[in-house]
Amino acid sequence: MVKKTPLYDIHLELNGKMVEYAGYYLPIQYSGIIEEHNIVRNNVGLFDVSHMGQFIIEGKDALKFINLLISNDITNLQVNKIRYSPMLNENGGIIDDLLIYKLDEEEYMLVVNAANKEKDFKWIIDNLIDDVIVYDASDNICQIAIQGPNSEKVMKKLSDKLPERFYSFIEVDINGINVLISRTGYTGEDGFELYFDSNEGINMYKELLKAGKEFEIKPCGLGCRDTLRLEASLPLYGHEMSEEISPLDTGLERFVKFDKDNFIGKDSLKDKNKTRIGLKIVDRGIVREDSEILFEDKQIGITTSGTFLPYLNGAYAMAIVDKEYSKVGNIVECIVRNRKIKAEIISLPFYKR
Amino acid sequence: MDELKNVLFTKTHEWVKIEGEIAYVGLSDYAQSQMGDIVFINLEEDDYEVGDTIGDVESVKSVSDIYSPFTGTIVEINSVIFDDPGAINRDPYGTWLCKYENVSDKEEFLTLEEYEEIIKE
Repeated sequence: MVKKTPLYDIHLELNGKMVEYAGYYLPIQYSGIIEEHNIVRNNVGLFDVSHMGQFIIEGKDALKFINLLISNDITNLQVNKIRYSPMLNENGGIIDDLLIYKLDEEEYMLVVNAANKEKDFKWIIDNLIDDVIVYDASDNICQIAIQGPNSEKVMKKLSDKLPERFYSFIEVDINGINVLISRTGYTGEDGFELYFDSNEGINMYKELLKAGKEFEIKPCGLGCRDTLRLEASLPLYGHEMSEEISPLDTGLERFVKFDKDNFIGKDSLKDKNKTRIGLKIVDRGIVREDSEILFEDKQIGITTSGTFLPYLNGAYAMAIVDKEYSKVGNIVECIVRNRKIKAEIISLPFYKR
Repeated sequence: MDELKNVLFTKTHEWVKIEGEIAYVGLSDYAQSQMGDIVFINLEEDDYEVGDTIGDVESVKSVSDIYSPFTGTIVEINSVIFDDPGAINRDPYGTWLCKYENVSDKEEFLTLEEYEEIIKE
């Protein structure tokens, strides 16, 4: 059955165009993807990201256990700090990518992709070690992202204290609601994500809309979440990552710590001479995912995401290709519906604030 | 609405307007709202038969084919849709895509009322 997030009713009230995504009803857009995209780049936007999963891992050996699950290393992660990592299967393919919040010395929160929630939880339980407990807190947590250059100004109206550094978090009280606020997001802009009791979802959302009114805050949907992350060249599970793609294939090698004792998938990781590239489409047209890429008539890879990027005002794509042809400046051809569309390899990210 | 006077529809969400020897083709309001922000149109002047794919519309979200409602010649593409494809979203019935001449056949069109029944389903 398709689930509703705690904010479902307010999406309808705000005329969100609802779609089914990862088992949830969520708004793909309210006013339009391009308008919402540019609001986040220039101002501030509000996203319902309650579909994301949150697992709590605690116990004497929680650190050791998480380090076994992930390819990055959290040994030196401090309380109130966050780290990003892929989680690999035995073959070195990516099961999911996630954020690890260090809540306390022996307590962590993992934030995982909605579509992978069940698979991840099963994988974690199957690999569980002694002295660690894991539970899925997803259904009790509402998660809202407030993103854009004016997001700090809006948040300051609700809380005197805010996390100052990117990838850090604090817990505060907002109108009697206990809220974990992290300085994180998936848009390439400054911003925050709020985690709190799902029963308070609508109240908090309305507080944020109210506080953001003078900055012309707007509700934003999944459509612009995708174009924003693509413009910022952030990988998305199911596109730039999958169980068949290793972190080394997709430009995520800096999140693989080979000098760490051991982690699942480590021994299978091989350099297959692939990497992730950016493409700027030169010809008229749009290149989306799963488009074959030719360099001098030889197939060198396939696109993983692509569309029209509103802020850069052009068509772009990301792709996984053989490293030897990945040089910036190379002109390639993308096969789109039996047409060849020219593109230039450019460096990532497409957009950096 | 006045702008919908003499406008007929196809099952594939094009609208047509026939003025003597000339016929205009556009995208219905329903089509543009389903696609969302339109960013590119591919269309070429050429001879086509009823049902041929004459081009496609790219939105941020998706790509959709456009089908020929006529057997005839596309003699002109509206230059507005290349410079400002968003005009189709803002004003779908005021923004024609292409203009036909030499029309020798056409598909069975729907009236506005019949079309509205279809999109309700």
